[in-house]
Amino acid sequence: MTEPVIVLDQLSKTYVVTERDAGVMAAARSLVQRRQREIKAVDRVSFAVGAGEIVGFLGPNGAGKTTTLKMLAGLLHPTGGVGRVLDYEPWQRNRDYLRSITLVMGQRNQLNWDIPASDSFELNRVIYRVPLDQYRQTLGELTELLELGPLVSKPVRNLSLGERMKCEIAAALLHRPRVLFLDEPTIGLDVTAQRRIREFVREYNQRHNATILLTSHYMADVEALCQRVVVIHHGRILFDGLLPELITRFSPHKTIAVDLERPVASINYAAFGEVVSQSDSRVTLRVPKADTAKVASRLLAELPVSDLTIEDPPIEAVIEQVFAQEAVV
Amino acid sequence: MIKPILDVYAAQLKTSLAVQFQYRVSMMIWMIGRIIQPLIFLVVWTTVSRARGGEVNGYSEGDFAAYFILQMIVSQATFSWIMWEYDYIIRTGQFSFKLLRPIHPIHADIADNLAYKTLTLVILIPAALLLAWLFPPNFQWQWWNVGAGLLAIALAFIVRFTLEWTLALAAFWTTRINAINQTYDVTFIFLSGFFAPLAVMPESVQILANLLPFRWLLAFPIELLLGRLTVQETLIGFAMQGFWLLATLTLLSFVWRAGVKQYSAVGS
Repeated sequence: MTEPVIVLDQLSKTYVVTERDAGVMAAARSLVQRRQREIKAVDRVSFAVGAGEIVGFLGPNGAGKTTTLKMLAGLLHPTGGVGRVLDYEPWQRNRDYLRSITLVMGQRNQLNWDIPASDSFELNRVIYRVPLDQYRQTLGELTELLELGPLVSKPVRNLSLGERMKCEIAAALLHRPRVLFLDEPTIGLDVTAQRRIREFVREYNQRHNATILLTSHYMADVEALCQRVVVIHHGRILFDGLLPELITRFSPHKTIAVDLERPVASINYAAFGEVVSQSDSRVTLRVPKADTAKVASRLLAELPVSDLTIEDPPIEAVIEQVFAQEAVV
Repeated sequence: MIKPILDVYAAQLKTSLAVQFQYRVSMMIWMIGRIIQPLIFLVVWTTVSRARGGEVNGYSEGDFAAYFILQMIVSQATFSWIMWEYDYIIRTGQFSFKLLRPIHPIHADIADNLAYKTLTLVILIPAALLLAWLFPPNFQWQWWNVGAGLLAIALAFIVRFTLEWTLALAAFWTTRINAINQTYDVTFIFLSGFFAPLAVMPESVQILANLLPFRWLLAFPIELLLGRLTVQETLIGFAMQGFWLLATLTLLSFVWRAGVKQYSAVGS
């Protein structure tokens, strides 16, 4: 890895929440005696990201992804540990630091709904002190890559979700940040819009050698963009490594799908492996990785096979497996 | 250092004007409310004055008219809605975007407030003229009153905005700050000279008003513009405004630093 741009060392965030049981009596009791509980949203998380890297930050809802991103973007103060981005301590919220990063939250909007996006862009230009030439160039680039065209002159509230997200991303990148924190940037978008945003993120990364930490529930985003993933669950890191490694480590199985030329009666597919699905002319089996070649040859020899494919299980299934195992790696 | 901040103000003012222009009708309705309030006080106090033989504690009918016309103008110039807004934006997590920007969020809020004030001048000035026609006011000002009065309004705006912005930050600690807002508003109405000139209040209330910031944020600029204050009283007023400016700015920077640490970016 090149000199790390993002470094987390034992970074932790604990929230204190007040809780009470349901009912009027409990409510009355809570007036006098408040019961507080600590929730470890992020629990001693350590990893580093090099310049120009795109890292997928994965985990189920409530795993601590967003809390981590918010700490790195300077919105939250951690309760323990060290975090440095571009050699700044993010939560000091140094002006130069804030000018070098961006945080895109797919479920939140920074653009003002009542006015065209171009007005908000102009305001951002002044706030981020972007020189006019650079601003025009970046805006031109973003307009071309994201196909913004006529969108920017319509009031934001008249845009579709996908159009709005494109404008949100443009607004977040006008100051050409070197570090991008993308929190579910494609959430709720249709497949085409997702692909467009994905392609754009890759293009931006290549053009500007930007460092990107991305969370997404869409594995297509992760597969398309990230070589490396960090998996977090209950605030702790379960895996940090290359995507293929994740699959090897957490899924010791392969999937074999067989198409038959004609239906074959009285075959016990279970003898070949675990049956995932079965119809007259197609069967999908899960087999231990080591046995894949042997089982495939047997299938070819014993059945009238018209097509046979061997695949890694879908990444969603692997991730699910990771969460189920909860083995700290 | 100053130039970029001024650029931000100009840009933010332009944006806020564009946004508020979208809400012309609701702005008109709000403004009607803000004009009716002093009108009611005006009718009540001129009636009381007439019943008392034309004067209450040194205020004649014309004095009351002048007082409440100025009350409307000074209130409009110095009020903010920031405490009610922050309750919402902190609770919903919208505040995160303000924090992400490389500039203190108060600047955008001030510019937004000034944009609204600029737009509402169009309604405020005719309203003041209409009231002056219906209730002939009695001003006794001298040449220096107008300049000093405008300065006092500007200072009152800054202090009031700083104070209310600081109180708005209470939303960092409790996600329901409406109770605090209500208490503040009621105290302000009572002790600032909003609902009656402080001269007609009991002496104990007047002493309390002198010790708290509210009187210096409303009654002082009004009385100054009415021409009711001596040079000495004027200087004391400015000194009090200066004191409260320092106090609120100190409080703001303290609460801001603690609040940002406390912010838990709710609503993910």
